[in-house]
Amino acid sequence: MLAKRIIPCLDCDFGVPMGRVVKGIEFKQIRYAGIPWELAAEYDEQGADELVFLDITASREKRETMAHVIEKTATNVFIPLTVGGGIRGLEDARRVFNAGADKVSVNTAALKNHKLVNELAKRFGSQACMVAIDAKRRYVRSEEEAEKAIKEGREVIDTREGKCWFECSFYGGRKFTGADAIKWAKEVEERGAGEIMLTSMDRDGTKDGFDLELTAAICDRVNIPVIASGGCGLPSHIKDVFTFTDASAALAASIFHYKEYTVREVKQYLNENGVHVRL
Amino acid sequence: MIGILDYGMGNLFSIYNGLKKVYDRPMLITDDNIASLRTADGVIVPGVGAFDDGIRNLKPFTGELLNIMESGVPVLGICIGMQVLFEESEEGKEKGWGLIPGKVIRLPANVRVPHMGWNNLHLHRHSELLDGITDADYFYFVHSYYCVPRDEDATLASVEYGVELAAVVNKDNVYGVQFHPEKSSKKGLQVLSNFVRICKR
Repeated sequence: MLAKRIIPCLDCDFGVPMGRVVKGIEFKQIRYAGIPWELAAEYDEQGADELVFLDITASREKRETMAHVIEKTATNVFIPLTVGGGIRGLEDARRVFNAGADKVSVNTAALKNHKLVNELAKRFGSQACMVAIDAKRRYVRSEEEAEKAIKEGREVIDTREGKCWFECSFYGGRKFTGADAIKWAKEVEERGAGEIMLTSMDRDGTKDGFDLELTAAICDRVNIPVIASGGCGLPSHIKDVFTFTDASAALAASIFHYKEYTVREVKQYLNENGVHVRL
Repeated sequence: MIGILDYGMGNLFSIYNGLKKVYDRPMLITDDNIASLRTADGVIVPGVGAFDDGIRNLKPFTGELLNIMESGVPVLGICIGMQVLFEESEEGKEKGWGLIPGKVIRLPANVRVPHMGWNNLHLHRHSELLDGITDADYFYFVHSYYCVPRDEDATLASVEYGVELAAVVNKDNVYGVQFHPEKSSKKGLQVLSNFVRICKR
C-alpha cells in the first residue's frame, strides 16, 4: 500500500558560505536552523520520505553555493530531493538537476509563462516537474459578489467561514496574480505537472493547521498527487490533513527544525492514529 | 567494473552516487566508450521519462548490451530501464527489447497518476537481488505505466497500487525494478549492494 509522505521543508539561504536553513515567520523575521546537508541527513535518518529545499536567497550571487549544497546533500542522502524557489526557466532547472536534485518546483515562473510547465515536463519528465501553488482565500460576502466571481471564472467553494475562492500568489507571497488557484491546479495537471505543492497563504507560519478546505478542493479536482503545506504546528494537523483530504503528502518546516518533534515521532503518532506511513 | 548507461535521460548523479556508496568502481558508459561494456561485470540501465525516448536513446548501446547479456553478464534495469526489457509499451510505438516476455500498460484510472511515493513490496519468490528485504520494507516509486510479464514466474515482487503490479522482475541474468533503489534510502542501497554481489559472482 502507498504510504502517506512526510516531507520536511528546508528554507535555504544560499547567500552565505555552505548555505543556511532558515525559518521565517510569515516571511518576515528570520532565524537560522542549521546547515542544509546536515539537517537533510538527520531527517533521512529519522525517516523523512522526501526533502524540499526552498531557495529564499535574496542575493543573486548564490549559484555556486546552491549547486554545492545540492551536490553535497545528494551524495549522502538517498531520498528524493526537490529544489524550488527562484527557478526561472529550463536553464535554472537543468543546473539543479545536474547538481543532483530529482524534482524542481516552480511557481512564479510558471504563472508568468504557463508553457514552462509543458517544457519542464517534456524535457525532464512529469515526475520531475512540481508546481507550487500559493493560495489565499478571497471571501465573497454576498450573492452578488459570488455571482461576479463566478462570472470572472473563479471557482467559489463553501467553507466554514463562508464562501470563497482562492487566489494564486507569487514572488514568495508578496504579489497576487488574480489567477484562480483551483483552475490553475487543473491547468498544470493538463500541462504535464507530476505533482502539486499546495501552500495556504492564510495558514503559512501560523501553526494553526493546514487549510483542509483548500486542500480537499484541489485534491478532488486533480488526479496527480498533492502535497499539503502551510500551517503545520502539531502532529495532529498532519493526521487531520490525511483524514479529511486525499493529500498524498504533508510538508512541514518549523515543527522539525526546532526539534519540537522528530520525523519519527510524528510518523509513530500517525501510525497509531490509523494513517499509513513508512516506519 | 559495473557500468551505468548514460543515454541522456534522467538523473545519473543519483544512481552513480547510490552505487558508489556500495561499490567502489562504478563507471558511466556514454556514446564514446561503449566498447568498455565488453569488460563490464554488470550493467545498470537507469532512466526516467518516456518509453520511446528511452528506446531511441539507448539504440547506440543496444547491440553491445545484448551481446554481453547473452554471455551472462547481469543487467539491472531501473524504472524505464526495466520497462524497455519488455516487448512493447502502451506509452509508445517503439519495440521493446523483448528480453522478458510481456508488455507495459497504463496505470488504472481509479488511482492518482503518477504512482509517486513509498510502497511496500509483496515478495513472490526468493532471489539474491532481494536478500535482506521483507514485505515490510518500503521503496520509492514514480511511474505512470507498469510492466505485465506474461510468465508469472518472472515477478520476484509486486506492489499494490490500484492493481497488483510487478515491482521486481527477473529472467536469467536480467533484472528489473520499477522503484528507484537510489532514492529508497537504506533498503534501496541494500538492493544495489545485492546486485553488486550478483555481478561479482
